[in-house]
Amino acid sequence: MSQTTSTKSTGAMRRTLYADRVATGVLWAIGILVVLILGAIIVHFLLASIGTMSPSFLFGDPSDTTVGGIGPVLWNSVYVLVLTLLITVPLGLLGGIYMAEYAGQGRIPNLIRLSQELISSVPSIVVGLFGLALFVNATHWSFTALGGALALSVFNLPLLTRLTEQALRAVPRDERDGSLALGTTKWQTIRHVALPLAIPGILTGVILTAGRIFGEAAALIFTAGVATPSHYDFANFNLADPRSPWSPFHSATTLAVYIWAQNSEGLGQFVRQIADSSAAVLVVMVLIFNLGARGLGRVLQRRATGVS
Amino acid sequence: MAATATIERGPIDRVMTLRERIDPARRITLMASAIVLLLVLLLLVFIGLNGVQIFTSSGIPFAAVFNTQWLPGDQFVSGEVSFGIFPFIAGTLGVMFVAALIATPLSVGLAIYMAEVAPRWARSITQPSMEVFVGIPSVVWGWLGITVLVPFLSHNLAGIGFTLGFSWFAGSLVLALMILPTITSIAYDAITSVPAEMRGASVALGTTRWQTIRHVVIPAALGGIATAVVLGMMRAAGEALAVQMVIGNRPVMPTSITQPLTTLTAQITLDMGNTVGGTPWNQVLWTMGLVLLLISFGFVLLVRRLSRSRQVP
Repeated sequence: MSQTTSTKSTGAMRRTLYADRVATGVLWAIGILVVLILGAIIVHFLLASIGTMSPSFLFGDPSDTTVGGIGPVLWNSVYVLVLTLLITVPLGLLGGIYMAEYAGQGRIPNLIRLSQELISSVPSIVVGLFGLALFVNATHWSFTALGGALALSVFNLPLLTRLTEQALRAVPRDERDGSLALGTTKWQTIRHVALPLAIPGILTGVILTAGRIFGEAAALIFTAGVATPSHYDFANFNLADPRSPWSPFHSATTLAVYIWAQNSEGLGQFVRQIADSSAAVLVVMVLIFNLGARGLGRVLQRRATGVS
Repeated sequence: MAATATIERGPIDRVMTLRERIDPARRITLMASAIVLLLVLLLLVFIGLNGVQIFTSSGIPFAAVFNTQWLPGDQFVSGEVSFGIFPFIAGTLGVMFVAALIATPLSVGLAIYMAEVAPRWARSITQPSMEVFVGIPSVVWGWLGITVLVPFLSHNLAGIGFTLGFSWFAGSLVLALMILPTITSIAYDAITSVPAEMRGASVALGTTRWQTIRHVVIPAALGGIATAVVLGMMRAAGEALAVQMVIGNRPVMPTSITQPLTTLTAQITLDMGNTVGGTPWNQVLWTMGLVLLLISFGFVLLVRRLSRSRQVP
């Protein structure tokens, strides 16, 4: 090998190593940048809400003359979330069981899968329009918590069906075979072997989707309403009375919708403080839902597998 | 694909006996999973019927809707009116493409970082970060855009001769951040599913890590990365509140990235509550909803095609 070719190849090699080092640096920078952006967002809202955040803000009534509180809208967020989960969790579980255990390959399962993909692609504002046409106008309910929850169910149901299916598919085949070998029916095996093993995965997924529902606004503006409630009478348990906060037929502006309304319709001098602090509440809730899902998933996994 | 897991099934599933066919558990769960079929039909019917009202019940000609002039006028006084929806469609597409242009290098880079470069401790930070990132609600992004991003853009870029505040660019920037975790997580899945043998074979030839990433991993995962970008674009096209809050809401054809603009979603969000049902102005909003629905269904078919072409190497 002559002197010149060897220096040439070390030059090429040096360039290659240099490119490798630059690329590594750029990739690290991207990773750090994204984490920093997220950190900055969280810190920004925590700082912005420092003067406002208090029990009277979280649970008090809105006011025109002071910062007031977000009690009623926070209540509505929780109410609509619970209602949506009540509708979608049982149906999603059943649907997921079919898709994982019975469906196999065929025209109907394929159609269902295509439908799931189609629904999950629909923009939430279009789901809101759909809810407006069906649960507000066609039913003559006007804006209600139930209408909002049903609209949210439109995209939450396929999501939970999908989730249950995946969790059931992750259950090892041996577990099922062991059960079937004992002479159990297919349903007994699903009910007593596969489903219990899939529960940790399903529960984690439910909590994560709950976080998404909590922050959803576009689908709720035209279904659950945007009018800011001034005060709720929690002693009124009459479920047929739309003024009762317990009634599924009460107009239910949620926290996320409230922030949007502050921007587009809010007039008072406290708009900034109210929206900043409400956004902080939403971000913290998302954090809690995420950490909760991770923690719970880990605990349940440990209990299910018997490894302590 | 998840569906392939069902092919290898044990002897218990050979042929369905009559008893299995009328198994009540099978029937009930089938009904629950078929609700989604009904939902798609209902969506098409309700959005479709309302979307064509402007032509059928108000008798507005096609040419007055499929043009670039948005002059809805006063809903109650007749005058020169035009319900051109092209500015909104163009706005939606424009905002979407610029958002994808900004987000793609960042999110694909992040996915590569997480899959190929990050040590275990760094991955234990980036992974949960992505989950929180994707969970940040749309309104929060919009509010951040209004209170932080737009003031920042209008103050800091004024010096170099830009007037940039509520604009196409601001909308795309907020959207880029919102679709970043979507693209990242799907691209990450595509990259991690590249077989380890391919990396091993490349490294055994004495390549550097970057050479392996560039010449082996990225080409092998390209189909998945393309799917990720398309799904990110789909999310960007359908996003409503965050965009509406920062884009400036001006119904004109997009010409410059610094101008205020509007989109299908933004206009529906703004006008639906302020128009009276049955008027052409209200009906054209439903037409926009129908266009959005068709765009998103089109994306699904595109993604299906992409993933099918990926299976045939």
